[in-house]
Formats: sequence, structure tokens, C-alpha cells
Amino acid sequence: MRPTGARLLNILVPVKRAVDYAVKIRVNPQQTGVDLNVKHSMNPFDEIAVEEAVRLRERLKEAVTSIKVVTIGPPKAAETLRTALAMGADAALHVEIPESAPAPEPLGVARALAAVIEQQRGAGNAVDLVIMGKQAIDDDAGQTGQMLAGLLGWAQATFASRVDLDVAAGAATVLREIDGGAEEIRCRLPLVVTTDLRLNEPRYASLPNIMKAKKKPIEKLAPADLSVDLTPRLETLKVTEPPVRVGGSKVQNVDELVAKLKEAGFTAV
Amino acid sequence: MSRFIRHGLRWTRQYSSVGQKDIDHFRTILPPHAILTTLPPYNTQPDELDPYNNDWMQKYHGRATTVLKPKTTRQVSDIVRWCDSREIPIVPQGGNTGLVGGSVPLRDELVVSLANMNSVRSFDPVSGILVADAGCILQSLTDYVSPHNHIMPVDLGAKGSCHIGGNVATNAGGLRLLRYGSLHGSVLGLEVVLPDGTILDQLTSLRKDNTGYDLKQLFIGAEGTLGIITAVSILTAPSPQASNNVILALPHFDNVLPLYRAVKRQLSEILSAFEYIDRTAYELAVKHGQGRALADEDVAGAACFVLLETSGGRREHDEEKLNDLLTSLLEADKPLITTGVLSQNPAQFSSLWALREGVTEAVSKEGKAYKYDVSVPLASFQHVVDATREHLRSKGLLGEHSVKHVMGYGHVGDGNLHLNICATAYTQEIQDALEPFVYELVSSYHGSISAEHGIGAMKTHALHYSKSETSIAWMKKIKALFDPRGIMNPGKVLE
Repeated sequence: MRPTGARLLNILVPVKRAVDYAVKIRVNPQQTGVDLNVKHSMNPFDEIAVEEAVRLRERLKEAVTSIKVVTIGPPKAAETLRTALAMGADAALHVEIPESAPAPEPLGVARALAAVIEQQRGAGNAVDLVIMGKQAIDDDAGQTGQMLAGLLGWAQATFASRVDLDVAAGAATVLREIDGGAEEIRCRLPLVVTTDLRLNEPRYASLPNIMKAKKKPIEKLAPADLSVDLTPRLETLKVTEPPVRVGGSKVQNVDELVAKLKEAGFTAV
Repeated sequence: MSRFIRHGLRWTRQYSSVGQKDIDHFRTILPPHAILTTLPPYNTQPDELDPYNNDWMQKYHGRATTVLKPKTTRQVSDIVRWCDSREIPIVPQGGNTGLVGGSVPLRDELVVSLANMNSVRSFDPVSGILVADAGCILQSLTDYVSPHNHIMPVDLGAKGSCHIGGNVATNAGGLRLLRYGSLHGSVLGLEVVLPDGTILDQLTSLRKDNTGYDLKQLFIGAEGTLGIITAVSILTAPSPQASNNVILALPHFDNVLPLYRAVKRQLSEILSAFEYIDRTAYELAVKHGQGRALADEDVAGAACFVLLETSGGRREHDEEKLNDLLTSLLEADKPLITTGVLSQNPAQFSSLWALREGVTEAVSKEGKAYKYDVSVPLASFQHVVDATREHLRSKGLLGEHSVKHVMGYGHVGDGNLHLNICATAYTQEIQDALEPFVYELVSSYHGSISAEHGIGAMKTHALHYSKSETSIAWMKKIKALFDPRGIMNPGKVLE
């Protein structure tokens, strides 16, 4: 059993390197996926998660012992970790997969994260709070947070737009975005929170913090070190562009309109 | 504002007003929807002409009865030929985004809007040469060449409304001048309708053409006083493959110049913008929601800011150079900067730019703007702003009741300072306190009273602060040669 009462918090923030949202997505010629040779940046929901962790520490001061960011991705994902470190995270963990490896799926990622959390517990740095994006904007799966909570048997507070922690009570009050409004829930730590857009507005990384981030540690692991298999369970058959929208046109008179409608297969009832 | 009305009244020439007979003739040239007139039989509501009669700052107001919107060069030529014979003065108008009242009528001139001439005529993706109608909106041209991996050599805050023809006619400078030079270099050819209706076709697509006088240069920056530009041939640049930007906070203005030197030396060919924003301008941009503010601890103690941008061919190369620069700036014994912010993604890149580009809009939202766009030696930027503020204070005009803010921002790389005075209202008192004070101040530094905004109606009386008598006399001779009846944009540039 974990100790209750006044204790210090360890926060883990999983982040993902994704195609930047401002990039115009193009399907690759082989139709196996999208062109990845474009600008990447941190998944925007994860950026919100990092910001929230840093704000929690600014509010709770020493009660937050550590903020660790973790990513599962190719070598270049290290840049995303540096950005998170520059925003205020203390340390980073990179579960590195080869550049050519297929993108891991939510279940694989959740298992890897669960393994990281188990490893941290073994090392005496038990994670109390996971804050992560509600979805990544590349695959839009939106499942990893929920799967992680399920695997760990932890509470989950998804689509958060406000997070208040009561460290002494080991509990959190979270406002969630739901259909038709907001829902306030109270849950016990340890907890998985997934972030929604309105939770906060992430800060710029200041130059001194970017410089400091270069000196912060990034620990590297391979999936095998965590004994997880990231092989996809789904097979992508084909990726295609959505059909091009055909613009409307002006007609001169009613007769022409009726003729066009008939042509398009519309008939009077 | 009475100043330009006074100027208008000073016209010695007798002009004709547009009348019923003229409208009848225009109907033989243009389809009905291309004629807006308050005269019968069209009887357009006067408020429909407001966008053509007023500038966007609501500082200059004309009383034109008629606006024509030709679609072809031939139509422009026919209109001008008729006006020449009837001695009807013409105001050529593009996006009407100018800052010196150059594109609005002073009285009841005929407005010829180029807005309907908006087709791209050709683009050569190998040479990067774009030929486009004058009424093409700058942003739409940027969008047009972008899939071909090219960018327009000119970029400015008004890109969503301004026309390329207007850009050329006013020799617009803007944010890319540091990198791609002025339009005198990137414009390769022009098609112009001369004041007698003749079409001067110099729409060449040649990089090199040393065959005598380069007439097109006369129309670049002539603000429509020598003819109407109907098409432009312009050299576009290959798009940079990677761009970064950073805002640096400086403890005082004296550090700007040493910083500029350090940045030029270390970034060399990838430096594409070096923009200056003083604290007042920054605060206004933030107040009016132009871009997201820096954290409070980052702006504490900052007297001014520098936005610098890099554009290059390879991201890793650029980032390495930029990182080296930033490290050396932060770790210097006597740092020139207190701190700064480096954009981490395209969203932050745009947000940082908005802080600079949004100042113009923020000033308009805050109050009525008196804008001076001057070229002065870099070292005197701050002094010009401070001296103007002190001068207004000594006249008792500084405060919420009259002048709210005096600020400076602009293109350090080009020696171009935007001195803005933001007041609660346009008044003669403020006007008199500012002019000729500002012009004399600039003149004392051997500066230019108009770096990139032009002369328009605003500064005709002040031209002599920047141009010698001989220069002005020859400008007048050239004007008389091209436009003996003086129908092209009268009262602009020259008195």
C-alpha cells in the first residue's frame, strides 16, 4: 500500500512528436500513409499537458517533487523532449524506436507507459499523476490515456479543462469537458488526466530555459528494456485523400436548374 | 483634417467634374456593374462609395461621385483617354491600404479602381518570374507561387488587402526588404496606361536589359502621378525551406546596434528580418490581442524588443547557427539581451510575428494615429522618439486628454523607423505641434521624411525636407512631360 496523507508528488507527462498542425497533409504516392518529410512539433494536447504540470508546480511549489516527460518515438523525438524540458520539466525519458519502425498503436504505447511507471516505482520514484494529451493530432485515436488507467487500475479524469490538486488529501478535483457542458469530478490519486484545449495556453520557451534544458538529462531506453512489444496489431490497407469538393455553379433560370437536378439524379417525389 | 483640404484648394488648374455625359461615355466602355456613381441614372447610394472615398484610418475624405472598375488594360486606356480630353482628374486606387492619403480623392476626382484586374498572366517556375494584373492581392499572389516553392519578394502587414500594383506604385518596403531588396530591383517590367491613354508595354521578363533609359523605374514610387500601372512583371524568390524566429528583450536601446552587428556577423545569409519594437508599441500590441504576450518575468526590465527571423535552405544548419548566436548572447560577460523567446512551432512563429505586425492595427484600435515613417541613422531611433515625446509634453499635449502614446518600431535593418503618435482625436493643435517639428528633426539627421509610406497627400508640403530644390524642379519637369494636363492623381507627391 502506498503511504497516505501528506506526501510529495511525482508527475509523469507522456508527449508525442507529431506532424505540425499548420502543415498541409499529403498522402504519400504509395498510399500507405502521409508524407512525413514535413515540419514536426509536439502534439498540441501534450504541450497543454506539460504546461499544466509546470503550472501545478508553480502553484504547489515543493509539493511537486519532479516532472518527468517521456516519449516513445524515433531519434528525432528527442527534440520534442527538449522543448518540454525548456518549458519546465526536470528530466526526460526516451523510449527510442528505429526511424523506419511503424508508428506504435495506443495499446502498445499504454503498455510501454505502464512499464515505465512500474520501473519508476521500483526505483523509488512512484508516479502519482500522469498528465497527457487527450489525443494525438496525427492518428486522432484518443485511447491511450484510458487504456493506461485501465492497465494500472488507476482513476481517470479525461478531457480536463481544470485540475485542482489537494496533495494532503491525495485527491484531485477535475473539471471535464462533456457533451453539452462541463462535469466536475473528484478522484483519488494516483490518477491519469487527459487534457482538453481549454485547460491552459502553453507558454513560450524562454532562451535561458532553452539553454538550461540542454543540460537536463535524457535517459534512453529500448522497448525491449521495458519488455513491451510495440508491433502494430492493425494493418493499414490504404490511405487516400478525401474526395475533392466540387464547387457550385450559377444557373440562368428555373428550367436550367430543373434540368441540372435531373441530370444529377434528383427527381420529384 | 484641414491640411489637405487647404492643399486641395490650392490647385490652380481648372478641372472638370464627372457629369452625365461622361457616365454615358463610360457606359460604352464598361458593363453596368463596373460603374458606381451617385449620378443618375445609376444613383448608387453615397455610402457605397465610402470605401473608395476614405482611407482605412478615416483620416482622408474625398467626395468622388464616380468609381470605375475596369477589367482590362484596354478599358483603362479608353477611360483615361476620355478623361484626358475632358480634363477630368483621376485617382488610381488599389487596395486603398496606404498611410499617406495617396489613394483617395481630395475633391471629386474620378476613382479608377484596379480591383477587378486580378488575374495572374503567367508564372515561370524555373526563373521565378511572375506576371500579374495590378489588382492582384499580394496574399493571393503569395498563395499562387507557394506551391511552386517561390515567395513574393515583398511582404507587409496589409498583405490581405493591398494590391501588387499599389505596392509597386508606392514602392512599398515591408518586412522582406532586408533580404530581397526594394521593388526597384525585383520589378522587371510594367504595363502602364499613360495620362493620354497610351499603353506603355514594358512587361518584359528579362533579368538584364541595358537598352537605354529604364522608364519603368519612374513609375515605381510615383504614386500614380505619372500613369496607371495595369500589370507587373516581378521576380519571385525561391521559398526558404526553414524559418525560425526569436524575440529578444533588451535592457536599453543602446544595445540594439551592437546586437545588430553581432547578429549580422553570426547569422550572415540566413538573417531575413531584424525588427525593432519599443516597450510602448509592444504593450499596445499585447493589449489589443495581436499575438500572445511573453511571460511577465521575461519582459521585466525590457526597454525594447528585437524580433529576428532566419530563413534558409536547411533546418539543421540554421538552427545550429541560431543556437550558437543565442548561446553567445546569453553567456557574454556583458549580455546585450536580458532574455528572449524562441518559437518552437509554426503557431508560435506566427504569434511572435503578430506582436510586430500587429502594432499598426493596435495603434488604430487604441486611438487616432499620427504616423511618421522616417529613415534616420540607426543610432538616433530612440532619440527621435524621445525628442518627439518631450516636445509634445512641453506643449502640454501629453496625457489621456490628448496624446496617449508616443512610440517607435520598425525595420532596424533598413534604417527605417515608424514613429507613431496615438491620440484621442485628430486635432489641429497636435498637428501643429508635430509638423514641421518632426520633419525638421529628421532633416537634422539628414534622414528621409518618408522611408516607405510615400508622400501622398500627407507630405507634399514637406517634400523639401528630403529633396533639394533641383530634385523637386526636375520631378516637376518629368510630371509635366508625362502629364501636361495634370490629371493623374493631382495634389499627390508634388504640390
